Amino acid sequence: MKQMLTGNAAAAWGARLADVDYVPAFPITPQTEIIETISHWSSDGTMGCRFVMMDSEHAMVTAAGAAAATGVRVFTATSSQGLLYALEAMYTVAGWRVPLVMVNVSRGISSPITLEADHNDILSARDTGFLQIHAETCQEVVDSIIMGYRIAEDPRVLLPIIINMDGFSLSFTREPVTIPDKDKIASFLPTYHPEHALFRASSPMSQGVAVLGGGAYSYFKYQTHLAAMNAIEVHNEIADLYGSLTGRHYGLVDSYKTEDADYVFIITNALATRGKAAVDHLRLQGKSVGLLRPRLIRPLPVEAIASQLEGKKGVIVIDQNISPGLGGILFQELAAALYSTPHRPDRIKSFVGGLGGKNISQDEFDYMLSAVSQDEYLWTDQPELLYTQAEWAQMQSMLAVAGKEVPDDNYLSIDT
Amino acid sequence: MTTTYRSTRDIPEQEYLSAGTALCAGCGGLECIRLFHKVLGKDVVFVNAAGCMTLLTTYPMTPFQGSWLYTTMGSAAAGAQGVRDALDVLIERGRMSSKEDLKVVVLAGDGSSADIGLTATSGAMHRNLDFYYLCYDNEGYGNTGFQMSSTSPFGSHTHTTDPVASHPAGTEQNKKDLFEIWRAQKPPYLATVSPRHPVDMARKIEKSMATDGPRMFLALSPCPPGWGYEPGQTHEIARGAVETGIWPLKEAIRGMVYHTHTPKMDPVATYLEMQDRYRHLFEPKRQEAAISQIQEKVNEYWASQNVRFRDA
Repeated sequence: MKQMLTGNAAAAWGARLADVDYVPAFPITPQTEIIETISHWSSDGTMGCRFVMMDSEHAMVTAAGAAAATGVRVFTATSSQGLLYALEAMYTVAGWRVPLVMVNVSRGISSPITLEADHNDILSARDTGFLQIHAETCQEVVDSIIMGYRIAEDPRVLLPIIINMDGFSLSFTREPVTIPDKDKIASFLPTYHPEHALFRASSPMSQGVAVLGGGAYSYFKYQTHLAAMNAIEVHNEIADLYGSLTGRHYGLVDSYKTEDADYVFIITNALATRGKAAVDHLRLQGKSVGLLRPRLIRPLPVEAIASQLEGKKGVIVIDQNISPGLGGILFQELAAALYSTPHRPDRIKSFVGGLGGKNISQDEFDYMLSAVSQDEYLWTDQPELLYTQAEWAQMQSMLAVAGKEVPDDNYLSIDT
Repeated sequence: MTTTYRSTRDIPEQEYLSAGTALCAGCGGLECIRLFHKVLGKDVVFVNAAGCMTLLTTYPMTPFQGSWLYTTMGSAAAGAQGVRDALDVLIERGRMSSKEDLKVVVLAGDGSSADIGLTATSGAMHRNLDFYYLCYDNEGYGNTGFQMSSTSPFGSHTHTTDPVASHPAGTEQNKKDLFEIWRAQKPPYLATVSPRHPVDMARKIEKSMATDGPRMFLALSPCPPGWGYEPGQTHEIARGAVETGIWPLKEAIRGMVYHTHTPKMDPVATYLEMQDRYRHLFEPKRQEAAISQIQEKVNEYWASQNVRFRDA
């Protein structure tokens, strides 16, 4: 069944097909449509789950984890400030080693407060122990939620997982989505009957207990790391099964025309669609380019990424996030991943773009390619901010209205 | 209603909380938990917020016969929500026998309950969650060495409210009235308890077990290191708090308050004098104004029109 669905509607469909038991919720733009949809479906009996409005995201994630620790299948969703508010609880429930799926709809983080997408929210959760899949399309959102339960619930993993999608560009954008067949999904993901330890009167259990001393602490933390690493193999098994069931195959990374490319853009999430169009455009001009989109961010499939980039002349990492005082977050991780790869790419360049939902134009893609492929390549450990003359002119006029001194020097590089 | 608990002899001998925990000798809060577990029985899951009691279960040991879930400092009530809802869903959907059901009990200190966890607790009460909440109130952040919490009483010395010339009473603020804050939401059952009054406590727990929804308990928890007295004196301190009228024993059924013990109204100074945290009110110079202020507040409370009595 193919329908035009927003990313939020696709997420709600994912939870519905996964036959979730429990959905603790709290509203936040641009995620709210997900929980509203599930609430309606829960009220009218379309979904059999219990839906509960919580009092904060911190409470929501605690309740989600506690319910999973009691043996039900749990779905929840958040975004941006909400994810940050929940962060303490996220570390906590990941430490409980309980499977659940949470959707994050990426949105920039205050201050200044804004609504559109960037990835500082989701990447702040990269060390929590939650696995992360970043989706490019509405189709991938629904498919990843369903696969996410199989991955999270696998005894080799037993960790919560986040499915990430971009606010607005996916959450509120309708795309054609094939809604998987209910019966097929029921066979792929049957009703949840967990076998790990649970709270039961006949079998008391202590969960989340204190440890004293680094020995026990290190043991449990490293166990979590090993479990997260297992998710690479588990993902591939599950993706194969899902592919044969639905005809849609998902890899650890999504490679677009990389095989014969000399230069490769690396972009995550929905901006990759924009990047693929830019690659097509550049190829028409005879440029040897491709695009690599890491889909799994935790665990980071280092080997899959490195093997795709081996022998390339140059890599352009576009981070839709910024770590003040360092730069792009993914650039740091990918540069480290490539360091010990034989025949690693000669050049790797870091750009920061798309912050707060800002578009990246074709001119900017052209610029990035020329910056990494020009003869006199200058290595710099600093990222370059993608910011056009037109955007700068607009900013200057806002500064003037605000009564601020407008710097007359041009601090950006892209003349379009 | 008729009660099983007429004297201390009626309290079950069965222990569900082993001796020999890592807690301080003479901990009043631990005694409350012990009694709570006895009356509720074995099939309990304690959902804990960060505090002194977090150290009860330390890998790989637990003193409880029941289950335990440590959450965070601010979201124990939300953890209780998740556990309770999951148990209900499993029973409803026929995936778990109701014989496997558990009583869900939040175990949190006063700092968690009155400060960082107040929102989560209020949320759980608002949703009419079927759970028990046991706040062990030792009137300060005890586990971190005794700093002021919003339930530290006026005139007490904590490690962040030193009595000095500019504020000689130490803590200048009045104790946050968590009972009244909780009562505003009219839970089906709400009570204060004291470890020196086990029969009163047992009856209250028993009564709460006959209802559904949020069952809220505020337990006086004398704290030897934080309050500054010998561990063997815990019962005297608890008695003092009750008999001076500082710690009224009461219950509220859907907001309607009844007192369950008539205090002797001993002078508050007899209670304050026993504890190092009030030493500065007596030495080197007696702070008559501060002591009177504490006494007057107690008198004011008991003189108020709303005080009704009945046995628990």
